[in-house]
Amino acid sequence: MKMLERIGAPWKLVKSAHDLEEVDALIMPGGESTTMLKFFSEEGLGPAIKKFAGEGKPVFGTCAGAILLAREVSNPPQEKLALLDIAIERNAYGRQVDSSIRQGECPELASHPLEMVFIRAPIIRRVGAGVKVLGHSGELPVLVEQENILAATFHPELTEDETIHRYFLQKI
Amino acid sequence: MWQYDETMKLKVGLAEMLKGGVIMDVTTAEQAKIAEDAGACAVMALERVPADIRKEGGVARMASIKIIKQIMDAVTIPVMAKARIGHFAEAQVLEAVGVDYVDESEVLTPADEEHHIHKWPYKAPFVCGARNLGEALRRIGEGAAMIRTKGEAGSGNIVEAVRHLRAITGEIRLLTTLREEELMAKAKELGAPLDLVKWVAEHGRLPVPNFSAGGIATPADASLVMQLGAEACFVGSGIFKSADPDKRAKAIVRATTHYNDAKIVAECSEELGEAMRGLDVAKMKPEELLQTRGW
Repeated sequence: MKMLERIGAPWKLVKSAHDLEEVDALIMPGGESTTMLKFFSEEGLGPAIKKFAGEGKPVFGTCAGAILLAREVSNPPQEKLALLDIAIERNAYGRQVDSSIRQGECPELASHPLEMVFIRAPIIRRVGAGVKVLGHSGELPVLVEQENILAATFHPELTEDETIHRYFLQKI
Repeated sequence: MWQYDETMKLKVGLAEMLKGGVIMDVTTAEQAKIAEDAGACAVMALERVPADIRKEGGVARMASIKIIKQIMDAVTIPVMAKARIGHFAEAQVLEAVGVDYVDESEVLTPADEEHHIHKWPYKAPFVCGARNLGEALRRIGEGAAMIRTKGEAGSGNIVEAVRHLRAITGEIRLLTTLREEELMAKAKELGAPLDLVKWVAEHGRLPVPNFSAGGIATPADASLVMQLGAEACFVGSGIFKSADPDKRAKAIVRATTHYNDAKIVAECSEELGEAMRGLDVAKMKPEELLQTRGW
């Protein structure tokens, strides 16, 4: 939200399927994917987001949001929206004491290296044929895109760098 | 000098991810699973819930490491655990076990009545309780990455959490109105580090997330503290001391998400069974209060 305010993009919190009707694009931020799944089922948000994405509207998931978007989820397996053809492993770096800030590259988006904050982060283990890798950190893909769906395993919302949010907004 | 360095960014980052959620006290892996299934964003492992500590007395210590490990294995959400105030060796042990957040908590019997833990060197983040802005800034100065109101744990009575939340948010609002030369006097009065007083005066908020704890027992209690400016709730005895923990846990989670929609909070409040029996804090003896532990 702070990031969107800084960029000057109007935003609202989506807490129900009805709220979703009033926005042009959706960002599912970090958090706990288990907790967010309970929230989705409580509010009927799962089918609503699938419909939203099916209409070609942009959806961006960071960290837990990326897990929700994936087609395959491990450690442990769980419910998913399956909007993005990747396999993702939860908490793949370990617990909070293994969280870290790393440098990464998104050559098509920025010429400078990006600061990437990984907190109890997942790792993308398989990238489907229709999925484009936009960002790497070391050997690992960390920012991927499949048409209107964008996913990051790190938290661009926790840094000052606006590159990735600006890229997402121009998808609208 | 307070620094938002790389480590602090990671510590605060995890707290940011918990905003809008509910962190529940649990004493067994089974309770942790119930909490996770109900939608808790994290669990707090402890030996006994505050209401039982209050009733049974004795020295309350860090939970058994065996149980903490069982809880960590049982759930995928972050696991927090309490260490005694000033007991840096308990904190070291919790960090070594891989606990995601350490709560240096007044609910346990203090190990040091003069010093809190120096929290900067740890990789594990710390949350600490506070009753007012000065106390919050002292803990942040020591390296806490999250503040929660102390409230009065195990009382089932929201009055102290409200008092502490209003004190913190009110004092923050006041700070933003002061002139530069008034800040040193204010820092002296608050007993808080000047650099943090200046930071708060400039930004109008704490540099770390501000959650609420200590007495939340109903969905409406959760809505109340969220509307007063808490960014998430800790629920201790309120859930597993109620008639139907599973139902109450779900209801408090939903009420926290939709805290500003009274219709949903009303729905959450229906058919919940009996809430935990509360205590009148005003009638408690000074030595019975947990909130006065630590400074």
